[in-house]
Amino acid sequence: MSESALQPARVALVGNPNTGKTALFNALTGSRQKVANYAGVTVERKEGFITTAAGRSLSILDLPGTYSLRARSPDEAVTRDAVLGRLAGEAEPDVVVAVADATNLRLVLRLILELKAVGRPMVLALNMYDIAQRQGLRIDLEGLQRELGCPIVTTVATRKRGIAELTAKVDELVATGAISTTNVWHEPSAAEIRGAHREAQRILKAYVRPPEHPDTFTGKVDAVLLHPVAGLAILFALLFVMFQAVFAWATPLMDGIDAAFLWLGAAVGQALPDGLIKDFISDGVIAGVGSVLVFLPQILILFFFIILLEDFGYMARAAFLMDRIMGGAGLHGRAFIPLLSSFACAIPGIMAARVIDQKRDRMTTILVAPLMTCSARIPVYTLIISAFIPNETVGPGLNLQGLVMFGLYAAGILSALAVSFVIRKVFWRGAVEPFLMELPTYKLPSVESVFRNLLLRAQIFLNRAGRIILPLMVAVWVLSTFPGPPPGATEPAIDYSFAGMIGQAIQPLFAPIGFNWQMVVALIPGFAAREVAVAALGTVYAVGDAEANVGALGARLAQHWSLATGLSFLAWYIFAPQCAATLGVVKRETNSWAWTGVMFAYMTTLAYLASFTVYHLAVALGGG
Amino acid sequence: MFRSMHEMLAGQAVDAELTQLSQARPGDRGVIVDVRADHAGGHGVDVHELERRLLEFGFVEGAAFEIIHQGLIGADPIAVRLDDMRVALRRRDAEDVWVRLDPK
Ligand SMILES: Nc1nc2c(ncn2[C@@H]2O[C@H](COP(=O)(O)OP(=O)(O)O)[C@@H](O)[C@H]2O)c(=O)[nH]1
Ligand SMILES: [Mg+2]
Repeated sequence: MSESALQPARVALVGNPNTGKTALFNALTGSRQKVANYAGVTVERKEGFITTAAGRSLSILDLPGTYSLRARSPDEAVTRDAVLGRLAGEAEPDVVVAVADATNLRLVLRLILELKAVGRPMVLALNMYDIAQRQGLRIDLEGLQRELGCPIVTTVATRKRGIAELTAKVDELVATGAISTTNVWHEPSAAEIRGAHREAQRILKAYVRPPEHPDTFTGKVDAVLLHPVAGLAILFALLFVMFQAVFAWATPLMDGIDAAFLWLGAAVGQALPDGLIKDFISDGVIAGVGSVLVFLPQILILFFFIILLEDFGYMARAAFLMDRIMGGAGLHGRAFIPLLSSFACAIPGIMAARVIDQKRDRMTTILVAPLMTCSARIPVYTLIISAFIPNETVGPGLNLQGLVMFGLYAAGILSALAVSFVIRKVFWRGAVEPFLMELPTYKLPSVESVFRNLLLRAQIFLNRAGRIILPLMVAVWVLSTFPGPPPGATEPAIDYSFAGMIGQAIQPLFAPIGFNWQMVVALIPGFAAREVAVAALGTVYAVGDAEANVGALGARLAQHWSLATGLSFLAWYIFAPQCAATLGVVKRETNSWAWTGVMFAYMTTLAYLASFTVYHLAVALGGG
Repeated sequence: MFRSMHEMLAGQAVDAELTQLSQARPGDRGVIVDVRADHAGGHGVDVHELERRLLEFGFVEGAAFEIIHQGLIGADPIAVRLDDMRVALRRRDAEDVWVRLDPK
């Protein structure tokens, strides 16, 4: 054999969505996985490495699910390009493993016929074989193997059954140097798709005997979960529990992380001599890392629910139930998941928009996702509410502060709906993309795969935090530290810094909405991440450690700001694109500065108009 | 009336029993007879693209179906059992699928 152990043979997993590709990928590669992005697109590239029993090293690629190589979304395009060897810097796979749900072969047979046209050596993994056996489904493996002209292995990915056989088959294909035939794949026409269906139907008839005990579980569960009324009620109850969990369970963890970083900052502060280096490490780096890490618990709890529901097969049902409700505003049912994630943080939300296969629907979702009240707004809202809204009861079980908080969330949701309605009218001239979606059978999620996936989310978040958010935090620190105050300065140091200069220079722009220059100064570091504005206000108003001391800062603000100004600041934060990381992700996802600019412009405009209206209304009503 | 429009566009005589999948109610079963996207415009994709997408999801002549669920507002979207799988789609996209309903 001439191929060296240094160049692993490349194996690609291809199949319909929900057939267990990822489960199979995990079973094959265990923890030897690497996640990155494909060049130019933000589709995740999951690669794992194994050594076969024969000592050969293989690189396994988990590709996004698809029904056809005729790609309709960026995810599917990656699958097509990977299979065809069109990806920049990537050779075509040496072996394609077609992954099929043994209980649902019809559509995958058509995909397999397309893969055969591509001509790479192929193995068919008939996954979910446990379910097939339980149902009494009979498949003539010998016959099917002959018919398709490729070896077949039955697998149960979640219990790691058939994995050794699968690697052995792949190994064999690589070892015998199975030759690819010429690639004759082209985008199938409608007539060709019909022909492939007939072919698939013929194959099914010849080699597969329908199950003796077909699955009735999914039908029974759907009778409840897809019930027009009960289904929606359950969906909303589920959302309620999720939000409770995100906010209630995460709080102690977040407090713990906060405390740990405060302690670390203080410890480093004591260990280092006074000066710029100390400031940089404890205020720039440690505080920066801390302010990002503090969101990890919320993001993980949210993703825990999302992964669980996705693996169970519920997410497609949620999209079904929400489609018409969101459709009224011009959003796709599938936008539900990204928008839901955006309540934790717009970044995973915008990335989750990839599940939407239509470009226009995806763009609309990305553009409105940052209007959802993300958790970084909570510290700002909490501060301003505690300073300006009296803590009184206004009705049975209704607290005024709580009511205002609710109003802020509602304002975010309603404005997102309104904006998507306008986007559809303005940019897409009212065109509505088709909505077609498979409703997978329900499956009990496997604990291992849920936790593996969760770990992956944590890794991705931390990675991004390190690479995008941290440098931004450092940049903001530099802006608000240099130049230092002159000797004998009486005002807080930030007043003399670049941030201070910028703030004072552009304050006239903000005067009509009632902002003083200190607020404008705080908005600049607040651009790194929304909640940083709290710390920045603490700095400009010289309240030490504002985040831990919200009461003192609130009291100070109540002294210096009018009620109208406070409310105007709240309105600003509903809409303003005060998050550089979000804009960065939008640029990457849309691959367009123009769309990023559109988002920045519309959010800033809305923020200004809202603050202007709120400020002048409040002044007119005597709140000036 | 949709029958005559279909006849006109498809340029062929159509069985009097045919109806659009978009008109079906939960519990209705039958067989798909004709998938022909000929409603120009409004779909955001051209008609041939819609036809191919429908075909790719298994809406193909000869497939047996049953409407199993529908949404709350406007009875939309619908969930269809197609042979051994389930697919959700909006009624407007189901207009291009012509079916023969089983007698009840
Ligand atoms: N019973 C059973 N469940 C499986 C098997 N393989 C995967 N699953 C489950 O099927 C669901 C979808 O699997 P996943 O790997 O996410 O599918 P993908 O969309 O193709 O990547 C998950 O809930 C898995 O736990 C299997 O062989 N048997
Ligand atoms: Mg997967």
